[in-house]
Amino acid sequence: MAVSVQEADFDVAAEMAALTAGRADIGALVSFTGLVRDVAGGSGGMVLEHYPGMTEKALKGIEAEAQKHWPLQGCRIVHRYGALAPAAQIVLVITASKHRQAAFEAAEFIMDFLKSRAPFWKKEAGQGWVDARAADEEALLRWR
Amino acid sequence: MKILYFAWLRERIGTPSESVDTTAATVAALVEELRGREPRYQAAFADMAAVRVAVDQELVDIDASLEGAREVAFFPPMTGG
Repeated sequence: MAVSVQEADFDVAAEMAALTAGRADIGALVSFTGLVRDVAGGSGGMVLEHYPGMTEKALKGIEAEAQKHWPLQGCRIVHRYGALAPAAQIVLVITASKHRQAAFEAAEFIMDFLKSRAPFWKKEAGQGWVDARAADEEALLRWR
Repeated sequence: MKILYFAWLRERIGTPSESVDTTAATVAALVEELRGREPRYQAAFADMAAVRVAVDQELVDIDASLEGAREVAFFPPMTGG
């Protein structure tokens, strides 16, 4: 159960291995990795701004909420900030549970809330600040 | 009280943070007070539907009380992930 907000890149395989190290009770491990998409054939990637302090709190809150709804045996969230090139990894969510459904659903839940409830703002090179999508806000409704 | 601005609000206001002496009882009253100061605040707070607020790092509504608040942050809707 851990949250990291960092400028550095992350190693998905190493993070997954760390979550399951020395354990034989986990039956399902789900991971989601978000990448920087190249927009409109753009050249420069993006800069991700965040609110130090609140970001960590918000991510921990989302993780705790997921723990309440699903019997998770492990959970890991890594979110990067700063300058990110096209194709760079931005975010990693790993969930572990006995059976797959909990891990799948919890990973989706965490991503849905992280999109519009964690204080990050994307600015695309040459395009300006990315507008929040109504679809991201609507995605939260299905978890009510 | 410490006030923080992020993303285009930071750009429009021209600073990431500032210290403000205020007796405003709510976030809405604080916004009104700031709007009255300078045009750059008016520009930043022109459309409050596009502004989100956190008091002491918790998301709140514009009508939220500022009693005991140490830090208020203004920012656009979040675009993480």
